[in-house]
Amino acid sequence: MGYLIIEQMLNGLQYGLMLFLLAAGLTLVFGIMDLINLAHGSLYMIGAFLAATFFQMLGSFFPALLLAIVATAFIGFILERLLYRKLQTMSHLSQVLATFALILIANESIKIIFGAQPLMISMPSGLSRAIEIVPDELYYPAYRLLIIGVGFAVAIGLYLLVNKTRTGMWMRAGASNREMAAVMGVRIKPLFTLVFVLGAALCALAGALLGPLLAVTIGMGESILIPAFQVIVIGGIGSMRGALIGSLLVGMIDTVGKLLLVLGLGFITDPTNAGTLGSTLASLSISVLMVAVLYFRPQGLFPARG
Amino acid sequence: MHKKHLLAASLAAILAAGTVQAADSIKVGMMTTLSGPAAGLGVDIRDGFNLAVKHLGGNFGDLTTEIIISDDAQNPETARQIAERFTLRDRVDVATGVVFSNIMLAVGPSFFESETFYISANAGPSEYAGAECNPYFFNVAWQNDNMHEAMGKHVASEGFKKVALLAPNYPAGIDALNGFKRFYQGDVAVELYSRLGQLDYATEIAQIRQTRPDALYIFLPGGMGINFIKQYASSGMMNRTPLFAPGFSGDEDFVNAIGADMVGLFNTSHWYREMDNDLNQRFVTDFQGDYGRLPTLYASQGYDAAMLIDAAVRAVDGNIEDKDAFREALRSVDAPTVRGSYTFGNNHYPIQNYYLREVVREDDGTVRNRFVTEVMTDHQDAYAKDCNM
Repeated sequence: MGYLIIEQMLNGLQYGLMLFLLAAGLTLVFGIMDLINLAHGSLYMIGAFLAATFFQMLGSFFPALLLAIVATAFIGFILERLLYRKLQTMSHLSQVLATFALILIANESIKIIFGAQPLMISMPSGLSRAIEIVPDELYYPAYRLLIIGVGFAVAIGLYLLVNKTRTGMWMRAGASNREMAAVMGVRIKPLFTLVFVLGAALCALAGALLGPLLAVTIGMGESILIPAFQVIVIGGIGSMRGALIGSLLVGMIDTVGKLLLVLGLGFITDPTNAGTLGSTLASLSISVLMVAVLYFRPQGLFPARG
Repeated sequence: MHKKHLLAASLAAILAAGTVQAADSIKVGMMTTLSGPAAGLGVDIRDGFNLAVKHLGGNFGDLTTEIIISDDAQNPETARQIAERFTLRDRVDVATGVVFSNIMLAVGPSFFESETFYISANAGPSEYAGAECNPYFFNVAWQNDNMHEAMGKHVASEGFKKVALLAPNYPAGIDALNGFKRFYQGDVAVELYSRLGQLDYATEIAQIRQTRPDALYIFLPGGMGINFIKQYASSGMMNRTPLFAPGFSGDEDFVNAIGADMVGLFNTSHWYREMDNDLNQRFVTDFQGDYGRLPTLYASQGYDAAMLIDAAVRAVDGNIEDKDAFREALRSVDAPTVRGSYTFGNNHYPIQNYYLREVVREDDGTVRNRFVTEVMTDHQDAYAKDCNM
């Protein structure tokens, strides 16, 4: 039983870190540019489809991953120049409508270019097995360990970027008060471009890394967008630290919380009911957490604006 | 007020005039899912249907076909609007194409009330198989429980005694596992229900490993199944606990999306690609030639739906306005089919064989879903007895 919970904590960590890759870009764009980007998930989908395509051309995972990141970052750059730059000055409603339209356009374009069938990315062959951490008790897929490693590396990298560099200082200044930062001489426009491209690259990284574990299919962006938004609402919009803590919280609740609920309910009711009730309650619990945060700390747990 | 009545009366007269014209063409309404995550399924039904029409020279019997294709976007409300348009404006003679049962249940009443024949190429809800069976509803695929029943029977006959079960937490998921348990009466190691649309199954996989079952049966349609199978394989479970699934989880679209990780997956279906009959050989070869991919069972169902309509139109010499005769023809005609043969039960659902398939790696390295053995012969669904037709 103890090992099962440890395994679930690893799973929560892995899921949380992947959410972080998406939430980090989302929270910066939302926080610094004050722009609601519903199409953030579409960049994740585009990243995964490009990774799958490059994978099928090259037959090798890591070069495909790098190419997908570069290509998606470039698409992000074009989008920022053509569309998002104009959207910044518009109302939130216009932003929601325009980026929702972008989701539909992205989904249809993917269908036209790649077809309606899901694509394949295989994980590197050496990682396609479970590592025995405690003999006969605790196994963990090698590939998921890799994801945890990459997730941590990116989290540290972003921490250093945001907190230790001059660019990061501008980002924080932009997130906390855009007008003031501009008045103080921060060149906001190139900063927006940088943030948006960085967000797109992180989307592609998440999409390509999750490709071997999840279906590379049309609409994959929408299914992960909702938890990513929950994360940034919980963590505090614009806050990198909030995105990290929020991601890990959501990841843990989704895995460990579900297991504990199912096990706990098993004492009260029969296993079938415990299973259905447990999974229903676990998916509710993240929403409950979000509502609680909004009620007690409307700015999120780690607000960017002081 | 008077003018309004006059207008309504003349409109009704025009509409009525439309129906008594002698038919030299047949209008088919194809409503299926062509966008969103499940678009692949609808695209295959549509392509299979179109291939059959092409093989038939563009005609059903002597009637030229006019096919109206609409995308329901997997949304019951959109689907309801399309059904209204099909029945009121386009006045289609036959409709087909719906993938999902919840959408079928939403649009069924429109077709039934307007006395439009509906030939389901996939959705097989238990409601329309049982007490709510309808003279205007036919299903050429299977009743939703059938593949699960076939696998339940197979798993039991293979001597597995402690099986874990996993399905999404929604009505069809619970029905699927009940279908499995109708024929598998051994111990259930654990019965898990995941969230609908769940991405990560690490929790479920850990729980399954913990209970040490000797087999696992999953019902996870669409992307959920791809997610699960990828993750199950990467956790090294495929060799320890064999994985069993309904046929659509072992189909060509899954093989293309998952690849070698799927090797070892067992699945049940009413059709398999290498079936040895001329029609099937032609269907598979031409489908691959025309569309550049191998057909799935959805495509085979779309093909068979068109073949059934054609055979019934021939049987009534194109006189499809005589609805009773057309219905009797649909019910009793010996339509050509890629699956060899099937007949309709009293509820207009197929009575047919079910087969076991296994995903294997061929000598040339490609991954394919191969026929293993026949599991059920002339199997009929469990709801037919509640139908008064």
